[in-house]
Amino acid sequence: MNVESKIMREILSATYTRIAISVLLGFAIGSVFMAVFNENVVATYETLFSNPGLTFQTAFQTIFDGYGALFKGSIINLSADNPVSMFRPITETLRLAAPLIMAGLGVALGFRVGLFNVGGTGQLVMGLLGATWISTRLELPYGLHMVLALVVAIAFSMGTGALVGFLKAKTGAHEVIVTIMMNYIALDLFTWFLRTPGLLLEEGGGGNPKSDPPALTAQLPRLLGDEFKLNIGILLALVAALVYWWLMERSTIGYRFRMVGHNANAAKAAGISVERTYVWAMAASAAFIGIAAANQGLGETGGLTSSIHANIGFDAITVALLGGSRAGGVVVAGLVFGAFKAGSPSMQIIGVSPEVLGIIQALIVLFIAAPPLIRAIFHLPKPEAK
Amino acid sequence: MKLELRGITKRFGSLVANDDINLVVESGEIHSLLGENGAGKSTLMNVLYGLYQADGGQILLGDKVQAFKGPGDAMAAGIGMVHQHFMLIPVFTVAENVVLGNEPNNRIGALDLNEARKRVTEISDRFGFNVDPDALVQDLPVGVQQRVEIIKALSRNAKVLVLDEPTAVLTPQETDELMQIMRDLAKAGTSIIFITHKLREVQAVADKITVIRQGKVVGQAKPSSTASELASMMVGREVDLQVDKKNMSAGDVILSVENISVLDDRDQRAVDGVSFEVRAGEVLAIAGVQGNGQTELAEALLGLRSMVRGSGEVKLAGSALNGLSVRKHLEAGIGYVPEDRKKDGLVSEFSISENFMLNGSFGKPFASGVNIDFATRDEISEKLIEEFDVRTQSASTPVGKLSGGNQQKVVVARELSRDVKLLIAAQPTRGVDVGSIEFIHERIVAERDSGRAVILISTELDEVLALADRIAVMYRGRIVGIVDAKTSREQLGKMMAGIAA
Amino acid sequence: MTKTEVTPGMFSLSEVRPSWKTPSVLAFFSGIVLVLFGFLGKTGDVTYNLSNKGDSFSVPDVVVASTFANVVLGTLMLLAATYSGWLTIRQKHTPMWVSLVAGLLGATGLLGWLAAGNVVPVSFILGSAVVLAVPIILGALGGLMSERVGVVNIAIEGQLLTGAFMAAVVGTITENLWLGLIAAMISSAILSMALASLAVKYLVDQIIIGVLINVLVIGITNFLYSQWLASSGEEANYPGTFDIISIPYLSGLPIIGPALFEARITVYLTFILVPLVWFILFRTKLGLRARAVGEHPTAADTVGINVGRTRFWWVTLGGAIAGLGGAALTIGNVGAFGREMSGGLGFIALAVVILGRWQPFYVSAAALLFGFAIILRVWANGVSPGIPTDFITMVPYLVTLIAVAGFAGKVKAPAASGQPYIKG
Repeated sequence: MNVESKIMREILSATYTRIAISVLLGFAIGSVFMAVFNENVVATYETLFSNPGLTFQTAFQTIFDGYGALFKGSIINLSADNPVSMFRPITETLRLAAPLIMAGLGVALGFRVGLFNVGGTGQLVMGLLGATWISTRLELPYGLHMVLALVVAIAFSMGTGALVGFLKAKTGAHEVIVTIMMNYIALDLFTWFLRTPGLLLEEGGGGNPKSDPPALTAQLPRLLGDEFKLNIGILLALVAALVYWWLMERSTIGYRFRMVGHNANAAKAAGISVERTYVWAMAASAAFIGIAAANQGLGETGGLTSSIHANIGFDAITVALLGGSRAGGVVVAGLVFGAFKAGSPSMQIIGVSPEVLGIIQALIVLFIAAPPLIRAIFHLPKPEAK
Repeated sequence: MKLELRGITKRFGSLVANDDINLVVESGEIHSLLGENGAGKSTLMNVLYGLYQADGGQILLGDKVQAFKGPGDAMAAGIGMVHQHFMLIPVFTVAENVVLGNEPNNRIGALDLNEARKRVTEISDRFGFNVDPDALVQDLPVGVQQRVEIIKALSRNAKVLVLDEPTAVLTPQETDELMQIMRDLAKAGTSIIFITHKLREVQAVADKITVIRQGKVVGQAKPSSTASELASMMVGREVDLQVDKKNMSAGDVILSVENISVLDDRDQRAVDGVSFEVRAGEVLAIAGVQGNGQTELAEALLGLRSMVRGSGEVKLAGSALNGLSVRKHLEAGIGYVPEDRKKDGLVSEFSISENFMLNGSFGKPFASGVNIDFATRDEISEKLIEEFDVRTQSASTPVGKLSGGNQQKVVVARELSRDVKLLIAAQPTRGVDVGSIEFIHERIVAERDSGRAVILISTELDEVLALADRIAVMYRGRIVGIVDAKTSREQLGKMMAGIAA
Repeated sequence: MTKTEVTPGMFSLSEVRPSWKTPSVLAFFSGIVLVLFGFLGKTGDVTYNLSNKGDSFSVPDVVVASTFANVVLGTLMLLAATYSGWLTIRQKHTPMWVSLVAGLLGATGLLGWLAAGNVVPVSFILGSAVVLAVPIILGALGGLMSERVGVVNIAIEGQLLTGAFMAAVVGTITENLWLGLIAAMISSAILSMALASLAVKYLVDQIIIGVLINVLVIGITNFLYSQWLASSGEEANYPGTFDIISIPYLSGLPIIGPALFEARITVYLTFILVPLVWFILFRTKLGLRARAVGEHPTAADTVGINVGRTRFWWVTLGGAIAGLGGAALTIGNVGAFGREMSGGLGFIALAVVILGRWQPFYVSAAALLFGFAIILRVWANGVSPGIPTDFITMVPYLVTLIAVAGFAGKVKAPAASGQPYIKG
């Protein structure tokens, strides 16, 4: 516990300098990947020794074009001929960032209680199961339908998370293994629901596990009209961040969560039930993931397949780590990775594999989570030993 | 083999754990190293064993200077060590444990377990240890595990054997057997360093005694010295702490403890049928050498440790506390200054203010509903920092950055500012500078004067004598006697050694 | 050293009472076979096809009514459950083989129920299960070697993926599958060195590092796949597979012959590695030291064992074996690298390590359970459409979950697993 909380502290206390170095280093190494394997650059390898300038020029052009496309696809498209296309990128970033922020907050909450919630996928999928049932199988008035689906999604996710906390508290089972197993179980269960007529399978659907589209009354309303896919999800995410901030920084509940995370012994002596805290903390962590589930399930206009979870449960880990498990940090980290997702297609178009963003994403977080790496690379002195 | 330590010094940061220690152990001698917990005995032995590197001084074996880079070197030179916490792998057999690090191989490169068994039985038979080489260590009683440790050392031809608090975990009978083993080994020429804080054992077995206090050798003693002489050497009396206090005006019984028993982490009876009462306006000190059940008693009184089923009852102001949660104990009006503040009393990453509300997060004044009342918290923090003279830049400084004395003041301030009927203060001045000691003592007496019941658990005789109205001495989980505060040091020393008043 | 969770005496029969978990789980599954598959099962004859045509020892097919077979099998399982219960009453633990036998009976029953009115190609299913289990076994062996010295290895997924990728690419470019195999092992070992040095030397949280290594490897292979392999598959991602080697005589045995002894070199390497790792771990001084480091690093240190170095090399070698598991995916089975082709096998391996209680043989059995579940889903869809195969795939995860929750804290995790060793 002691060692763990020491490491957590190190991650949480990541200084801005180190974050900056990590981000730059991540992009730098990503650029190398981008350039070295680019077709145009590869074509110049024949003349690498006779004309190295050409290779370097092509390489830099590739990197420049690549990040240019990323910008164009995620922030603003300056070459567009109408305002809708021009501003669509930033709205896409916001739309794709929303679930990352929500789920990132959930994983972050776990970190602050000393719990590693790798079960985002399972909790998300269980939330989806609940939300999809409400949104496709019930007929309710506009507004109420959506709210009910949201609440049910949160409740389903919470239940799944609480079960993990319960198993940890009662049997000592490590939450990482339990959550990984629950991921698969939940996915199988969801697929079965989607596959089975009378449960969630679409009306008149055949072999493929796919649900009906969510009822219009349950869909998340769009924010900027039909031209943009952006819905109120981003607002939900910001509200969630606010709730998270209040819970973790302002309320006594979060205070006790953090106490258990830092020093479970002292918490015990202060009259706190550590076991019960694990259950509630996992439930709370999963609740935020449940919001992401609702965002995924109710943000679509077509039928859902099991791939709708979009690996958000895992991406949330990197979001939480990059965001330092603070509300504000998670929002920023979610926006950054949301932008990565939004910018991917336009990178694809110019022939740069957007998967390079996955490398950059992983590297940035790796550097932040493993301070010794950066110290080793730059020969920085160790921070004052205690 | 003759062992000599010359001027060994070992520092951890600013703490000097060993300060210029000299020690000579002759061949075949049982040399006892006597001292309180934290006096620096174990550090010294870890230096000898190569686990720590000394900052100064020399180790001589058979008059040759040694330089140990690690335990491997020390072992090769002929030093064996039986650690206080056994260094045995629970899931391995005796034979596997004994040969670990020094394994015999057979022709195909596999472990030669027959040879390993032979090594065990050979030594076991020589000293009549009666150890089965194929038993799993975790299935063995603690006393037998210790013999495995001794076999392990002897199988590597240890000429100097260090036994670090070997009797701490033994039953009286096992202790007697161990002493016989020690005599036999010494007769066979092994030098033995016997580390302990138990006076009776020292008197029974040692040839020579060196007493260590606060990292320094304070003197030599003969085994014929009386227990009280040894006790006062060990505990020391150089800080003469006088606290002005009025005569006691004890009121109603606040806490009554009747015949309770508590298990420790190893499931052994640490507290065994203890009964006492504390009245309003009195300080009851629980004295005794460390490790005689005081810690477990304190934890049981707070509900942190459950009592043995069927044992007696604890009542606070007339209502039973048995089986209630820690929170209910706290709410019933118990204040608790834990023995180990870093482990149980503080969250070092939290700010001072946050630490002030550690056990007050469920309601007024720190919380209104589920919201933390930051304004009130800051107000209270400022007041307490001022009142208890916590030296800090601000209330938002993480408590881990404060000095030990100031950390302790934070704990004391928190507990004394709560409205409690009973204050349990365990080692309230351990690792605290002299100025803070005085301050904390005064505050404890003030609590008593304001009509609260106080239990002071302390291994420091001076502290006990300065603060107590009555003194209960614990020995091996029992209360040897409850005596008046005017009882002499000598008398208390005897009681701490288990001799009833 | 103040760990309260690990109960000392977990092996000791005298102190810990055997729980009713094993008999209840056995009874539950026998009930399913007996009632659901037996009495309420689908009618129709099932043909258990036990040998291929052309085997040297030809065994006739077994034809039996599905319901009848399941009633018999269910009863036998019930007997096993009763035996286990009887042992529990007598304060004894149920031996592993009872659960294994019951598991085999249950699997046979499941096959019979699925294939009512159809044929069960036993050898084919078993053989496919083995091939599918090989990467899991090797990944789990790597994980086990790492956990035995006290380093939690969440990065198995990344190691498998690295191995799969390198085997395919190096195998294609050099046109030598053996070089591909070696490249897979080396690259995965290097990856493990990163994990080991960060975890052992720099004390970074092992689990976080493991997760991030996975994310990084997925990112890199995804990128290289789409940027490079997808467009130049011929030159970079067309390694082919090792030839199938038939072992004379053995391959002619009924049932197991075609399943186990007509296979690729990766399968045979697994057959060698499992007992080898077991032997080193439990019969040599290297293994004794490794386990000591994983159980009680301080104790190991006091007898002169270098904890850090031991951990580093075991994690690294474990990584090499996991890399071999990755190679088994590409040049040992499919013949090309695919995006994220490890598809969570690394996480399954992680579970398998626990399910198999950190013992190479049990771990292999547990991995076979997963291999079986994977092939069963594919086969069941064909033979008996409409069966909720999702529940079949779910079973191994559920079993793992029950095992982890049931045994955790009591059983056999190397005591120092996941804890960095800080000297002094």
